[in-house]
Amino acid sequence: MDRPTTNWIAVGKPDDIPVLGARVVKTARGPIALFKTRTGEIFALLDRCPHKNGPLSEGMVHGTTVTCPLHGLNIHLDNGKAVAPDKGCVPRFPVKLEDGRIWLGLTALRQADSSAPYTHSSEGDEGERPRLAKLEK
Amino acid sequence: MGKERLVLVGNGMAGMKVIEELLAIAPDRYDITVFGAEPYGNYNRILLSPVLAGDQTVDDIILNRVEWYAENGLTLHSGCEVIEIDRFHRRVIAADGTSAPYDRLLLATGSNPFIIPVPGNDLPGVLTYRDIHDVEAMLAASRRQKEAVVIGGGLLGLEAAYGLMKQGMTVTVVHLEETLMERQLDRPAGELLKHSLEARGMRFLMKAQTAEIVGDGRVQAVRFANGSEVPADLVVMAVGIRPNTALAQRAGLYCERGVVVSDTLQTFDPRIYAVGECVQHRGQCYGLVAPLFEQAKVCANQLAELGYRYYEGSVTSTKLKVTGVELFSAGHFQGGGECEELLLQDSSAGVYKKLVIRDAQIVGAVMYGDTADGAWYFQMMRDATPINDIRSTLLFGQANLGDSGHGGVRQTADLPDSAQICDCNGVCKGTIVEAIVSKGLFTLEDVRAHTKASASCGSCTGLVQQILQNTVGNYATPAITPLCRCTDHSHDQVRETIRRHHLTSLEAVFAFMEWKTPDGCEKCRPAINYYLIVTWPGEAIDDAQARFVNERMHANIQKDGSYSVVPRMWGGVTNPAELRAIADVAERYQIPTVKVTGGQRIDLLGVKKEDLPKVWGDLSKAGFVSGHAYGKALRTVKTCVGTEWCRFGVQDSTRLGIELETMCWGTWTPHKVKMAVSGCPRNCAEATIKDLGVVAIDSGWEIHVGGNGGMKVRATEVLCRVESATAVKEYAAAYLQLYREEARYLERTAHWIERVGLSYVKQRLVDDAAGRKSLAERFHASQRQAQEDPWAKYADKCHADKFQTLQEVS
Repeated sequence: MDRPTTNWIAVGKPDDIPVLGARVVKTARGPIALFKTRTGEIFALLDRCPHKNGPLSEGMVHGTTVTCPLHGLNIHLDNGKAVAPDKGCVPRFPVKLEDGRIWLGLTALRQADSSAPYTHSSEGDEGERPRLAKLEK
Repeated sequence: MGKERLVLVGNGMAGMKVIEELLAIAPDRYDITVFGAEPYGNYNRILLSPVLAGDQTVDDIILNRVEWYAENGLTLHSGCEVIEIDRFHRRVIAADGTSAPYDRLLLATGSNPFIIPVPGNDLPGVLTYRDIHDVEAMLAASRRQKEAVVIGGGLLGLEAAYGLMKQGMTVTVVHLEETLMERQLDRPAGELLKHSLEARGMRFLMKAQTAEIVGDGRVQAVRFANGSEVPADLVVMAVGIRPNTALAQRAGLYCERGVVVSDTLQTFDPRIYAVGECVQHRGQCYGLVAPLFEQAKVCANQLAELGYRYYEGSVTSTKLKVTGVELFSAGHFQGGGECEELLLQDSSAGVYKKLVIRDAQIVGAVMYGDTADGAWYFQMMRDATPINDIRSTLLFGQANLGDSGHGGVRQTADLPDSAQICDCNGVCKGTIVEAIVSKGLFTLEDVRAHTKASASCGSCTGLVQQILQNTVGNYATPAITPLCRCTDHSHDQVRETIRRHHLTSLEAVFAFMEWKTPDGCEKCRPAINYYLIVTWPGEAIDDAQARFVNERMHANIQKDGSYSVVPRMWGGVTNPAELRAIADVAERYQIPTVKVTGGQRIDLLGVKKEDLPKVWGDLSKAGFVSGHAYGKALRTVKTCVGTEWCRFGVQDSTRLGIELETMCWGTWTPHKVKMAVSGCPRNCAEATIKDLGVVAIDSGWEIHVGGNGGMKVRATEVLCRVESATAVKEYAAAYLQLYREEARYLERTAHWIERVGLSYVKQRLVDDAAGRKSLAERFHASQRQAQEDPWAKYADKCHADKFQTLQEVS
């Protein structure tokens, strides 16, 4: 399959995001939430819960999971899927850290139709999986 | 170094539950081999009766298919009976010569049906009731034969008899005792059960001792000690089970009635563990599923070398899986000795309830006909809840405590599958039953996770528990309910540890109490944060990331992600200047909806997140503070106009309301707190459904506590009467502080008082004047820290990380 090259956009510094919290980047195709875990990893998901479109960025982050503030659905930050036995999936976006800044890859954004659930690539396909930025303290 | 080898002998529910628990907590610890004598995967043995009755099929009740074992990296030898344990070389040997070495061995060999030692007990047509094979044989017999005799009027015997009857056979139940199910039922309940089954066509021979099974090449009749006979084409022996200890005994493991195990589920050979029906623990053998699962959890914890769980025995309850028969039994149901009994008997309605009470606690229960409150009584029994305060209405059930119950529905058994059980999440009975059966669920938590039934407001919990009970047959709640899945400690244990060891941060609690997750979860983080700030006010760190969005944002999140803002209106009193300021704010920020709330104030709905600081700034300038409409905190103090205007008023209720609100605003509490003050007993402020209600009387004030509107209406109970407004305030402060210090997080005052009893609250607040004063002082001390208006703090300032988007990308 032909993939467009990832369009990396600088969206602020790691310190802009509170630990176990999130900030939102507004884009043409919808809000994207950037989450920071205790270990400093940053993940990006569309800021809409697959259940009732709740703003995930306002949810509680624990481990690599966020709990939607509206009805408590738990979403895995690393793959966008709802924690079993709940079902549902939210689009995710690659994130990397360079020059002390957070870079958000908007490839997935252009591929994904924000109104439809995002379909995952197969497990082994590294190219499509979001890269996680491990930040040094 | 290779992995250690774990061998499981017995591919049944108990053994496989250990394996499943173990895979969840230590997936890579062992190479696991499973031996099972039956040629299947693991199936749900307690659902054999519905299979026999034709309500379910064998396929429905399979828990782990054969493929599941391979998928999870397990080696399965099914249809392969282990006949020897070589403890010296640490290996097991099966009848077909298969052998497997072990580092640890788990025995879950279950039990065998007891065969009565009478002549003819080996004739063709004589069956037991234990496994899929037995059920298939019974089903086959029912297609060809007519007359069935079931020996044994216990749980298993009656379920077998009912199943055979449903398959079209004429069934006679033969029982040695006077009462059916005498191990679970007292005589009156046993009689009711017998009448009900007789009405369905089942026949009974009570006090009948079987002497011989008669037949020439095949069973023809059963003969009794008194010489009488009944004809029989099929005889099912269901007189009890015996722990299957043969393998363990041959291996030289110490056995009594069962394989004797310690609180860590280890046998006398510490490498060998045992769980399930084959074991004897503290002198007790169990034949119900709930205790086996409790054992399995402990055993998995020990096998994973976590070593912090111990099995201390189980309290069990029983249900009969016969459609349309509602029956519940738990604990010391016979009573006698120093026990008292509370009885309710309504013969024409077919209802019988007996509660056995000792030292003001429920120690046993038998119920027939109406079992809606079984789970409630059982919970109180487990929690040793004092019942003196509710004694007079206890037998009438939870619905008569002042709760509205659940739409009057008390029975789930007769409901159609399409009946909606959970009104919040729209879950029907059929969906719940289907999930319990197909996913092999056994606990309320499981059902909540898979179906969302009772996962929101919780008012249908009793009904869901009833469905669970009806479907799986018996039910147990854990002795200690853990705070959440991150820990095995309860709310009370966490709070006590925070107090005793002076812990002041979430991290300290996680480390000290060995939390299983690094950050906790959405359930425990807010709870611990609350316990910290209440126990160590001014010292503990209030962690914003442990607050729900509403408390973090100081506003109520709405379904579209906007917020609602409710400024405080002291006692519900306002003036033109305030109203004008609110009107200006609403226009300036284009707030779409302005609504009067139920708590006598004004709600601005649809405020954009980035506008919040500016809205608060403008409201602050007009003199408003946050109304905490979003928090587990004091919400409103509703008042009526009292003596100032009302011709009936006997006290100045408005002024007292304002003074109470001024005193109490800003406090954090386990759940939301609402108050009201009425100026006369006509009670226009509806003070009798508030957490704290004050009703003026001619001689002073009557103080009410523990009321609740909303999903479960509960009227208040009277705490006491006092003469002055000053006294009301002292009681209010002390009451709030007691609630803050002792209720569990997310427990409303109503539930808290139901749990600890009004007597206790009276004893602390009314009888103990010195204690009351010191509680009130602690409340005021905490208020000095807490009464800082969160809106003023953020008003007009940027606080980009809280309110602004990080960036806009075109």
